[in-house]
Amino acid sequence: MVPSPLIEPDVLERVLSFAGARGEFAEVYAEDRRSSGASLDQGRVEELSSGRDRGAGIRVVVGETTGFAHTADLSEAGLLAAAEAAAAVARSGEPGARAVTLGRLSERASLAHVLPEEVDKAHRVGLLRRADDVARSQGGAISQVQVGIGDSSRHFLVANTDGLIAGEHQVRTRFVVSCVASGDAGLQTGYQPFAVTRGFEALSDEVIESTARQAARQALTKLRARPAPSGDLPVVLAGGSGGILFHEACGHGLEADAILKQASVYANRLGERVASPLVSLVDDGTVAGEWGYLGVDDEGHPGSRNVLIENGVLTDYMWDLLRARREGRASSGNGRRQSYQHLPMVRMTNTYLLPGQDDAAEIIAQTPYGVYVAQLGGGQVNTTTGDFVFGMTEAYLIENGVVTTPLRDCNLIGNGPAILQRVDAVAGDFSMTPGTCGKDGQSVPVGTGQATMRLTSVTIGGTAS
Amino acid sequence: MSELRDLARRVVERAEADEHVEVYLSRGTDTDVEVYEGEIEKLTTATSSGIGVRVLLEGDAGARVGTAWAGSLEEAAVDEALAQARDNARFATPDDFVTFARPDGVGPAGLQLLSEGVRGTALARKIDLARELERVVRAGDARIRQVERAAYSDFVVEAVLLSTTGVEARYARSGAYLSVEAIASDPAGDQTGWGLSAGRSPEELDLMVAARDAVERATRHLGATRPASRRMSVVLDPRTAASFLGIVGRALSGEAVVRGRSFFAGRRGEAVASSGVTLVDDPTDARHFSASNFDGEGLACRRNTLIEDGVLRDFVYDTVSARRAGVAGTGGAVRAGIAGSPSAGVRALRLRPGSLTPEQIWREVGEGLLVDSLTGVHSGVNPVSGDFSVGVTGLMIRDGELAEAVREVTVASTLQRMLLDISHVGADLTWLPGVAAGQSLAIADLAVSGA
Repeated sequence: MVPSPLIEPDVLERVLSFAGARGEFAEVYAEDRRSSGASLDQGRVEELSSGRDRGAGIRVVVGETTGFAHTADLSEAGLLAAAEAAAAVARSGEPGARAVTLGRLSERASLAHVLPEEVDKAHRVGLLRRADDVARSQGGAISQVQVGIGDSSRHFLVANTDGLIAGEHQVRTRFVVSCVASGDAGLQTGYQPFAVTRGFEALSDEVIESTARQAARQALTKLRARPAPSGDLPVVLAGGSGGILFHEACGHGLEADAILKQASVYANRLGERVASPLVSLVDDGTVAGEWGYLGVDDEGHPGSRNVLIENGVLTDYMWDLLRARREGRASSGNGRRQSYQHLPMVRMTNTYLLPGQDDAAEIIAQTPYGVYVAQLGGGQVNTTTGDFVFGMTEAYLIENGVVTTPLRDCNLIGNGPAILQRVDAVAGDFSMTPGTCGKDGQSVPVGTGQATMRLTSVTIGGTAS
Repeated sequence: MSELRDLARRVVERAEADEHVEVYLSRGTDTDVEVYEGEIEKLTTATSSGIGVRVLLEGDAGARVGTAWAGSLEEAAVDEALAQARDNARFATPDDFVTFARPDGVGPAGLQLLSEGVRGTALARKIDLARELERVVRAGDARIRQVERAAYSDFVVEAVLLSTTGVEARYARSGAYLSVEAIASDPAGDQTGWGLSAGRSPEELDLMVAARDAVERATRHLGATRPASRRMSVVLDPRTAASFLGIVGRALSGEAVVRGRSFFAGRRGEAVASSGVTLVDDPTDARHFSASNFDGEGLACRRNTLIEDGVLRDFVYDTVSARRAGVAGTGGAVRAGIAGSPSAGVRALRLRPGSLTPEQIWREVGEGLLVDSLTGVHSGVNPVSGDFSVGVTGLMIRDGELAEAVREVTVASTLQRMLLDISHVGADLTWLPGVAAGQSLAIADLAVSGA
């Protein structure tokens, strides 16, 4: 089936001609997104939901000013009304004429083999039940299990007055298990997400079962947890979710909007050594199937692999279209938006530390005393000061080179430029973890990744002396 | 509004036998202006609307609910949402506790939450407010080297909820905000400060409050260092205290309690906080920005005392969680727009104010840490286990006076202990956007992790 385009090319040309005559640059972004969700709680399938969002966002750029409006009305009249609202920022005076000619749109296909709309609802319910069974079978102390499936199938197109026209069908699938375990010392939680830019073919029995097992195991393990230490200690981060460290410690600070406003500790530091020589950091929208994958970004530019830090030296920042134009360079494919109701901005895709030469087991064995973080849960950064936190949701003490007692949840805190210097070992056991990145009120899916690595010292925000 | 109501009625009338339908329709307008170096950087004006539908199928084994939503009120979108919700319901597990709300005789407070000032103020005036805010902040102190963002934003939203179980509610609210992020600089480095003023219309905004807050917070953090790790008393300022109360509020959801996901479960009637703590959820108090006439199921919002003189009295319930718990509903359903289903949650928390000013509290505390920003609340606080660990900035309190600034430190305890360790509640009640008002809050014996 060849779907009809969201907006016919001749309509796009007329709307862009109208909007483009009122500014130096204009863009139409249209999308049609179907989302669905299913959740199970306390053994009951509680809710299946379905949603549809369809509309267009139009921006008009005049000098340094961007005007933006959006509409759910994709008719030519609806689009022209939105274009007029977006052009309200234009200087007064008669707009000139501007011809815009677009080529044919060829929508990039999704990576999905099994589209969410082809999956019957009973199958979704079966997956929820399977995970519930597996999680509960891990131990009698598991008192609550929540399972959720979410998927989205999004067609979008973007066209602008440069003559660019691009579009993609993006399919994302997410499966999440949360458990509560009850013990003498109270309640503990386990959480395991699985999320990919693929279709339902990714939700194999093995994935469902291991996700459920992990969530349950984590909650059960934490029943034995002791308060985390308070103060500076060596920290070994397990491969995968530790990548959130780089997302916060420097990723946000390498986004061009913060750089151009001199609101990042990494501004004006290209070519300088900003990290340990073991740190090579990449942001890469092309990692097929990962949660932050994109064929083209939400401004129509191909996703790409951008090396940000190479052997400790800062090599580049991340760029969206407008900031790149201002600097006379190309977009790096990092212009993303939550929906047609949002303006694009500079965002990460899949951000990861390249693997190193060390051995994961050796790294632990050579740490006399410290903290081993098996799972990180999220973080936050102030790009101006570089101070950031990230939360550990599964962690253990390392004593005499051996992983021992589980620790209760807490945040770790550090300063980005300082922490990057303290990476003293990176192993080869690379893996990635999905996450949701929030910035200025917009959420987008991202991937983070790294191999097992060690930081010589991080402040652990626990309560034990 | 009557147009929304008519459409809602037409949808509800399509309910079939053995079926209930609840429809929530909303329509809103937003304006956002961001200014940078005196020029408009971004200007967004937009209108959006949508529908959320829930269909309940009755059966001998219990009821089943399905939901659907669409970001449009066009006929085809509405039809599709209704059909999908109906189909989704077939797959839920039948449950005797599941039901839609029914009118319970409690009348709404009749608050006027929509100000015509948002629609009545010219766009040029709104842009000027953002420009003026940036100018005042830049001129506020020689050490302010940058204003990363100065913004004006407002909204008007109208919504209708109608159900075949007899519920009919109308929601209308507006809001206007000025916010600004300033960067102060000295030879030791940069620090940031964030300022806000909020109201229901532009004329309620106090530009100087937002500007002063941003300038003062950015400049007073200059030269901040890391204190040594040790246990000490912490004073939360009104803004951070409101964040703390919001976290506690998550554990006071009756839904979290009946599902065994709250550390308050089974503790009603026990002393869970120090005796000076009385915590009320009162969306009928119009001074709360989050005040509302109706809850997320269309029942009248009401005042609920949750903790009284330190004793846990009650939770907030939506209809289903109240039935599960075997108690009366409290009008405590919250709903995240068209795509959200109702669930139990606090909406407008407030502590009974104490008698001390912030300065008097600092003096009482003597030695400790005044906290004025929190980070990592979503990553370091677990409202199920109660574990609490957040990054903070602030000022040390020495001999009862504010002293040097600190950064890159965490404070940690458990929510259970923190509530019991509250030593002073300030008199400085401050109305803030979000689910809680704030005031200075002194908490004894937290672990501060630094150098």
